[in-house]
Amino acid sequence: MFDSLSQRFQGVFHRLRGRGRISEDNVADAMREVRTALLEADVHVKVVKQFCDEIMAKALGAKVIETLHPEQVMIKIVHDELVQLMGPADPRIPFVTPGPTIILMAGLQGSGKTTTCGKLSQYVTARGKRPMLIAADLKRPAAIDQLEVIGQQVGVPVYTERGHLNAVKVARNGIIEARKADRDVVIVDTAGRLAIDEELMAEIAQIEKAVNPTQVYLVIDAMTGQDAVNTAQRFNERLELDALILTKFDSDTRGGAALSAKTISGKPIKFIGVGEKLDALEEFHAERIAGRILGMGDVVTLVEKAQQQYDAQEAEALQKKMAKGLNLEDFLGQMRKLKSMGSMKQIMKMIPGLGSELDGMEIQDGELDKYEAIIHSMTIKERRRPEIIEASRRRRIARGSGTDPKDVSGLIKSFTQVRGMMKAMSSMSVLDRMRSVTGFARAAASGQMPKMKGGSTVTKRRETRKDKRKRRKKNR
Amino acid sequence: MGLFDRFKKGLAKTREKIARTFRSVLPFGRKIDDRLIDELEETMLADDMGPAATALLIAEVRKAYKAGQIAETQEIIPFLQQHIVSFWPEADRQLRFAPSGPTVILVAGVNGSGKTTSVAKLCSYLSKQGKKVILAACDTYRAAAVAQLTEWSRRLGVQIVKHDQGADPGAVAYDACDAALARQADVLIVDTAGRLHTQSHLMRELGKIERVIQKKMPDAPHEVLLVLDSTIGQNAINQAKIFSEHVKVTGLFLAKLDGSAKGGIVIGIHDQINIPVKFVGLGETPDDIEPFDPAAFVQALFSEQSADASG
Repeated sequence: MFDSLSQRFQGVFHRLRGRGRISEDNVADAMREVRTALLEADVHVKVVKQFCDEIMAKALGAKVIETLHPEQVMIKIVHDELVQLMGPADPRIPFVTPGPTIILMAGLQGSGKTTTCGKLSQYVTARGKRPMLIAADLKRPAAIDQLEVIGQQVGVPVYTERGHLNAVKVARNGIIEARKADRDVVIVDTAGRLAIDEELMAEIAQIEKAVNPTQVYLVIDAMTGQDAVNTAQRFNERLELDALILTKFDSDTRGGAALSAKTISGKPIKFIGVGEKLDALEEFHAERIAGRILGMGDVVTLVEKAQQQYDAQEAEALQKKMAKGLNLEDFLGQMRKLKSMGSMKQIMKMIPGLGSELDGMEIQDGELDKYEAIIHSMTIKERRRPEIIEASRRRRIARGSGTDPKDVSGLIKSFTQVRGMMKAMSSMSVLDRMRSVTGFARAAASGQMPKMKGGSTVTKRRETRKDKRKRRKKNR
Repeated sequence: MGLFDRFKKGLAKTREKIARTFRSVLPFGRKIDDRLIDELEETMLADDMGPAATALLIAEVRKAYKAGQIAETQEIIPFLQQHIVSFWPEADRQLRFAPSGPTVILVAGVNGSGKTTSVAKLCSYLSKQGKKVILAACDTYRAAAVAQLTEWSRRLGVQIVKHDQGADPGAVAYDACDAALARQADVLIVDTAGRLHTQSHLMRELGKIERVIQKKMPDAPHEVLLVLDSTIGQNAINQAKIFSEHVKVTGLFLAKLDGSAKGGIVIGIHDQINIPVKFVGLGETPDDIEPFDPAAFVQALFSEQSADASG
């Protein structure tokens, strides 16, 4: 439902370009788009106002009005400012020696504290620490059970006291226990509380006093609206917060709460939660969330994910293959790679320009399984030279893979189309190649060639040396 | 001076500003001009009403002003109140009961929205009306969710149908329907696992739970309540839309309305997809439930924020 900001900017400036002149008013028009984008992303209205004033000054100073592609300059200014505001991020946890390093978790009900405790304990375990969890949420029924189950899942001991009503005491006893057991990190889970609940806010302040934590983290649901400023501000007033953790970033929220909370508390965002599984905790990167708030893609994450999967050698081999012409065997390999990278939709969301196109478009990861089955039902010869597949082979393949002959020809059709495209791309960088491969698989998954706005997604993004020279000449 | 510094400097004031109310921006005799409208808009946005719905309401105010329906600043709030209250007619807010046999209420929502607590509240609310309630623990995913609901059933003295963690929620729903029919319950409340609307496999699972219930009782579920956290932002519109694509959402349960957030997003939701609010949650005990009262809700939106919020 959200148009990406770049598209809106294009809209604003496109209208003007026809008239030949861009005025300050037009920059102001663009700023209105920024404002709406930020408000739709749940950035607090006050923060939006300040931000827009700041940007307006910068945009005019940068002579946006004289540039050839004003929308690109505007986006860069807005993006850079957002990144600057949300950073610097330092995901390191300052461990103390002698231990234990004590981490206190606070937040509203349902923000995801208990799950994040589990994720954090797994995160520090992976860094050679021996954590312990303390169940100091005595409010919600079965909260202790939940933490115990999570502790079991990550293999971390959980300190509990049942039938106790004093969370301060439980926390204090837990720390003593952790020292005895020689655990070097202690994570204290607390009950969810409303920022305006005086009694419970006093309680968590007492817990803080009693356990003297090394770090205090405020857990905030990334889907939170305008109220994120209230929460951040009030917890920040009562506790010595060190950092924020934003959860549920695997939803389609634009996550403006991150900017609001960071701005109002002045505390860095350390981690974001991106799934229900206990390894779904990522270090925070301002550039990524900035793009998301603006409704633009997250290229950095995509490249990183891609790089994990493609080592240099393989990439080179693939490049050669692409120059020569890809066959279905290679395609199968590519699909397996894509599958191990995560769900298709997740990956594609990170591609600039695709994010908004994907809204309302369901990409079934299951489609990949189907295509895998089809290719598996082919002979080696057929995989290498798909053009030999005629009606009878097609029927056999369809029977073998439990699909329809239509599906088989569909796969071959999009494969042949894409093969030509791949050949043309063989001289590209890793990132561009990634984009194309994803586009390729997307074409396969949706059974059609990607719709291309204003030329192909591939050629549009890639600027050749010649183009560059031309552009520079024009700009001069 | 950077944005942050300026913001920080203004913080002392901001605290009051955030808590600023329509009343305070609308003193008697002030002219209705663009600046006033801007301030009005800002306050509405700060309530999570969202840019689209806010723009529509502001347009209504302008129209009414031009038409001479409102002339004085102090008429703006009553005008908006009247307008917004009309979004949710009383008939739409009633809980629908089965003409005969058990009424099935399916409760869904994203993680941490407050589903299980809301189920306990509904249970308490309906039990007090003398209805025999059975709970179904279909959240078999989250650690100790079954234990949490079991604890509520113990405290509220109602029966619960549950399987072990990791069981198929559809199977639990099936058994629960059997139990509700056999034990002649008046109401069966089905708690489900929290699921983000972006996870299509989990959304399909929810659809399956609904279909399983329909298999046992063709006209059920009679109510499908989507639980929303009052602090939620614009994403709730997506949630409402996508949940509605998979199950027939009949109402919203606005949880945690006792915090500093006012749940203005339900106005944004009304603007996009018409789902009535049926209940609000106002605390942690099972008694902290109220049928949604639009007049009171809108009043709260437009009146003093809690004394705490202004520090």
